[in-house]
Amino acid sequence: MLGLIERVRSLLHSEPALVPLTILAVSVAAFGVVLGSRFLSPFTLSLILQQVMIVGLVGAAQTLVVLTAGIDLSGGAIMVLTSVVMGHCAVHYGWPTPLAILAGFALGAALGCVNGWLVARMKLQPFIVTLATWQIVLATNFLYSGNESIRSQVIEAQAPLLQLFGRPLEVAGASLTLGAGALVGLVALLSYVLRHTAWGRHVYAIGDDADAAELAGVQVRRTLISVYVLAGVICALAGWVLIGRVGSVAPTSGQFANIESITAVVIGGVSLFGGRGSIFGMLFGSLIVGVFGLGLRIAGADPQWTYLLIGVLILAAVSIDRWIRGLAA
Amino acid sequence: MAEPILTVRGLVKRFGRITALDHADFDLRPGEILAVIGDNGAGKSTLIKAISGALRPDSGEIRLESRVVEFVSPLQARAAGIETVYQGLALSPALSITDNLFMGREVRAPGFMGRWLRKLDRSAMEDTARRKLADLGLLTIKDMRQAVETLSGGQRQGLAVARAVAFGSKIVILDEPTAALGVKETGKVLDVIREVRARGVSVVMISHDMPHVFDVADRIHIHRLGRRLCVIEPTDCTMADAVAFMTGAAEPPSSAPA
Repeated sequence: MLGLIERVRSLLHSEPALVPLTILAVSVAAFGVVLGSRFLSPFTLSLILQQVMIVGLVGAAQTLVVLTAGIDLSGGAIMVLTSVVMGHCAVHYGWPTPLAILAGFALGAALGCVNGWLVARMKLQPFIVTLATWQIVLATNFLYSGNESIRSQVIEAQAPLLQLFGRPLEVAGASLTLGAGALVGLVALLSYVLRHTAWGRHVYAIGDDADAAELAGVQVRRTLISVYVLAGVICALAGWVLIGRVGSVAPTSGQFANIESITAVVIGGVSLFGGRGSIFGMLFGSLIVGVFGLGLRIAGADPQWTYLLIGVLILAAVSIDRWIRGLAA
Repeated sequence: MAEPILTVRGLVKRFGRITALDHADFDLRPGEILAVIGDNGAGKSTLIKAISGALRPDSGEIRLESRVVEFVSPLQARAAGIETVYQGLALSPALSITDNLFMGREVRAPGFMGRWLRKLDRSAMEDTARRKLADLGLLTIKDMRQAVETLSGGQRQGLAVARAVAFGSKIVILDEPTAALGVKETGKVLDVIREVRARGVSVVMISHDMPHVFDVADRIHIHRLGRRLCVIEPTDCTMADAVAFMTGAAEPPSSAPA
């Protein structure tokens, strides 16, 4: 019995995404049994993917940062500001839409670079740095936009490319959007990069022990900055997808994306101590949140139950991480 | 007597009013194990850091194979063939043996995947890792994908040494290689160090442990008050003599070179 537990622990140690995948499968099955076809329909399941799309994209950026033993509180704010900038450039300034989108990506990269520079060069704590840039970026967002939205019809008429990721994508009978496809594609791409390139291994090594990585010959500061820049670019992509998701450009949307992305990352089994976890785990983590949210809503439960259960899941995920890491001792 | 591979002459390093190195000399012969011993604060760490590029001396000269070298970073020293195994070992515990062995020196796959998608050549790296560990008699480690944290202390030390010699280095500096190990593990690590010497690599070993030093070293450099006091051979002196020289309780024999 004890041997079996140790085997499970060592398996989870090498494949940390198995925990969230199991929880996801069990919760889908449980809701399927209780709610039947009201839950287990292509429509409901694709709706879940739609709902977790934004959190999943910001969560992908969050995963990269958390793997280096950092945390990014500014991701959601960067997403909103880049979507606002894309909208303003394309609609109010009359820029060609591709150029407006490019401006959004450049801004995301620049903001990520600021975060990365402060963390890697100034040796400030990621929590404090991104706590500050979160406030700064969000305030800039409201000041710049005058808290005014750009309506969906206006975007549709003047810059339809901004709504690209809202377009339908038929996959095996289920109707998804291009945005959901982008999320899955991005996660698959990042999974490859993290597992099979030197840069990916360096990201893990820095999160594991930055001093050791430095002594072993890893360019720690350069890699850290590149992680934050990439996170900013991914948040800009999330900003573009956000326009497709809600149709309009709204400075007030996505307010809690930073907290929700951290939730997805933690439930997905990525260690907040850095160096452990997988990007697919984050995707499963965000889907778990989506399954609980929609499942309980269909069952007619008070939405507060969702938050309560997610809180329990976070604690369970952190405890499991602790237990798996205990293998080291 | 063979020409030294590394010579240090008149090295000085001051930290404020403290003189850590006071015109220190140092000689390392090819293919030998040279132990460096000294009391706490004698300046042996500073000496080693200057040789490994971790700090720059104020004055003095370091010659590697009779060419003057001035390292500004450990990476430069490494490029010149001087590898250092730090006391903390600088391993990433959650990553695999292969990942650690190749950290910062990864091998990319050939062709399109490696060139354009920057894919690593996992199987080639694992084969090399297995061969390098086998070379040093570390055959007990089977799975190269095993996380380093699942290894014992001695196996980790072995892996760190293997990494230091795996990429054609001429000199390996070991900082307290047996400090945190049990008796059995220590024996294995000392075997690994002898194996490194057998492969023609010169070894500098800093240690406080006299039995280990006398067990494995060809010569012993005794550092005192920021400079080389003397160099002895373990066959000529006892451990008690060495400790007495080191602490200043006795004068070194006049025959020993200063």
